[in-house]
Amino acid sequence: MIDFLAHLGRSGLHWLSLLGRASIFLFRVLRSQDAVVRRYRLTLIEIYSVGVRSLLIIVVSGLFVGMVLGYQGYITLVNFGAAEALGGVVALSLVRELGPVVTALLFAGRAGSALTAEIGLMKTTEQLSAMEMMAVDPYRRVFAPRFFAGFLSMPLLAAIFSAVGVMGGFIVGVGLLGVDSGSYFSQMQAVTDWREDVVSGVIKSIVFGFVVTWIAIFQGLDAEPTSEGISRATTQTVVASALAVLGLDFILTGLMFT
Amino acid sequence: MKLRYLEVSVGLFVLLGIAALFYLAIQVSNIVEYRDGDTYEVTAYFDHIGGLKARAPVTVSGVRIGRVSDIAYDPERFQARVTLAIRSGQDHLPADTQASIFTAGLLGEQYIGLEPGGDFEVLADGDEILFTQSALVLENMIGRVLTNFSSD
Amino acid sequence: MNDDRVADTPHVVVEDLVFRRGRKVVFDGLSLTVPRGRVTTVMGPSGTGKTTLLRLIGGQLRPDSGRIWVDGEEVARLSTRRLYALRKRMGMLFQTGALLTDMNVFENVAFPLREHTDLPEELIRNLVLMKLEAVGLRAARDLSPAELSGGMARRVALARAIALDPDMILYDEPFAGLDPITMGQIVTLIRRTNSTLGLTSVLVTHDVVEAMDISDHVVLIAEGRVMDAGTVEQVRAGASEWSEQFLDGRPDGPVPFHYPGDSYRDDLMRGRESGND
Repeated sequence: MIDFLAHLGRSGLHWLSLLGRASIFLFRVLRSQDAVVRRYRLTLIEIYSVGVRSLLIIVVSGLFVGMVLGYQGYITLVNFGAAEALGGVVALSLVRELGPVVTALLFAGRAGSALTAEIGLMKTTEQLSAMEMMAVDPYRRVFAPRFFAGFLSMPLLAAIFSAVGVMGGFIVGVGLLGVDSGSYFSQMQAVTDWREDVVSGVIKSIVFGFVVTWIAIFQGLDAEPTSEGISRATTQTVVASALAVLGLDFILTGLMFT
Repeated sequence: MKLRYLEVSVGLFVLLGIAALFYLAIQVSNIVEYRDGDTYEVTAYFDHIGGLKARAPVTVSGVRIGRVSDIAYDPERFQARVTLAIRSGQDHLPADTQASIFTAGLLGEQYIGLEPGGDFEVLADGDEILFTQSALVLENMIGRVLTNFSSD
Repeated sequence: MNDDRVADTPHVVVEDLVFRRGRKVVFDGLSLTVPRGRVTTVMGPSGTGKTTLLRLIGGQLRPDSGRIWVDGEEVARLSTRRLYALRKRMGMLFQTGALLTDMNVFENVAFPLREHTDLPEELIRNLVLMKLEAVGLRAARDLSPAELSGGMARRVALARAIALDPDMILYDEPFAGLDPITMGQIVTLIRRTNSTLGLTSVLVTHDVVEAMDISDHVVLIAEGRVMDAGTVEQVRAGASEWSEQFLDGRPDGPVPFHYPGDSYRDDLMRGRESGND
């Protein structure tokens, strides 16, 4: 019993100190954000490696998710004689949920894990230390541009994902299953609200971008400086990001769609 | 050279993202409706609004001329107060226009249909539509049919 | 006259330094001085916190108590800006080289110049080639760090460390894991860098022969304290029993061969008693 309490206390303290370190880290990164503009070239490189290079996986996944939605939505709706409502079903699911959430999960796997590994490696090989000794602040030189790149890329990627998904649903619904193309889009416009659905989805993806990038960079910095430590941190990034995204999604959905 | 490639590809990426947002706004969502421009508001009281939601369409002869901007319960009249925002261009509705709540299709969303009367005066901002017809409630209808049957 | 005064003041002064890592006491009242313009080597057994000492001097770690002065400034009390200004006058060579892996050799050496100066590209190019020539790797400028051997990486790191013409270079285990030829190259480079640039060098190592060879001053530390310090001759002549064991590499002496514990005989006897039960 005492052992259990001690264990509980120890893990509680562990989590608390982790949260503390992560918050201090976030604070310092945010304070260094002026470097994003001053060193815009570094920021460009990071947007390229975080955003542009995630584009392919996002477009392909978006297309397939949209096509599956079109197919499954049609099968369900046709039972009610409401196949015309397909556009609304596809668009709402994408814009509200699947766009931001799936993009965030893919982003965590593709860009987040790479960020963690990169920074973990820089720490392990003393590159961060060397920068400090050369009087270069790693927060401004390394973390701030990466953080901004993730924060900026996520909503853009999510929007691309949703847009491509809508087209995927169109290809299957209209092209293959014969839903009228006019009603596909008119139904879509009838049920999808700009502020309530599209803007809320964008807000979600902004929050996800913030959290996933934060987790990824912090995990890299907090990794134990060994190769095992890096691989553990990389896994941690994906797991923690996925949990954070899904948990936050629930909270945000509750707050925004009442 | 290398910087140029970076700049161009990042620029394209950002453009693509913004284009996707625009696509979502214009093709997928109803942002067009937010561009109704100037509107004037009239109110209508219903005993029962069924499943009517804010931003539901307001139509005349099936043509959309505005939307429901607000729904509230009026504790003094024991009725639902529905505020309709109608495009300023549509300023020729007679004062004795009737407002009814209809359902689009069997499972579709509910909307408000206006049927113009014959009055020479027209509805203006802040006016009230006096003639209203509430939403059909399925249980009530079935009940009425059953009483009709039993009285026969 | 002014130069004499500067030359007389020590470059680094460590006074009564206490540093703990968790419950382990790394330094327990350590005091030493590093004379200006000389090669000073800090030696000691593995795990005595020699690298930690360099990090304390560089201001990456803060002492629990005691003070460290570099160039007359107390490191732990400096604001971030002043500390960074101090670090620009300080080069550090990490054991692994710590080259930035996303840049080639040229860009690595150019890195401090690009970060801290607004020099035109041509001047940077000339400076970088000069530094690379000094370490004999001018032709390797387009290689990536992954393509370098350990010794080459360390030489590139040295070129990078002297890019901003510092007053002092800290070397962290510069001889660890090198073959004899590379070792010779590094030894020559360290000595040459010190004499031509007239800077202060602080080495941290446990390679006794090379260290005694190139050092002017030696500091021996163990168990968190200074065991012996002085010029090479002084240390060699008046070394304590512990230092003699360390310098000669004898397996047994004040530092016992056996991990401290019960007597061997007692241990064996006890096993027999329990066996009889």
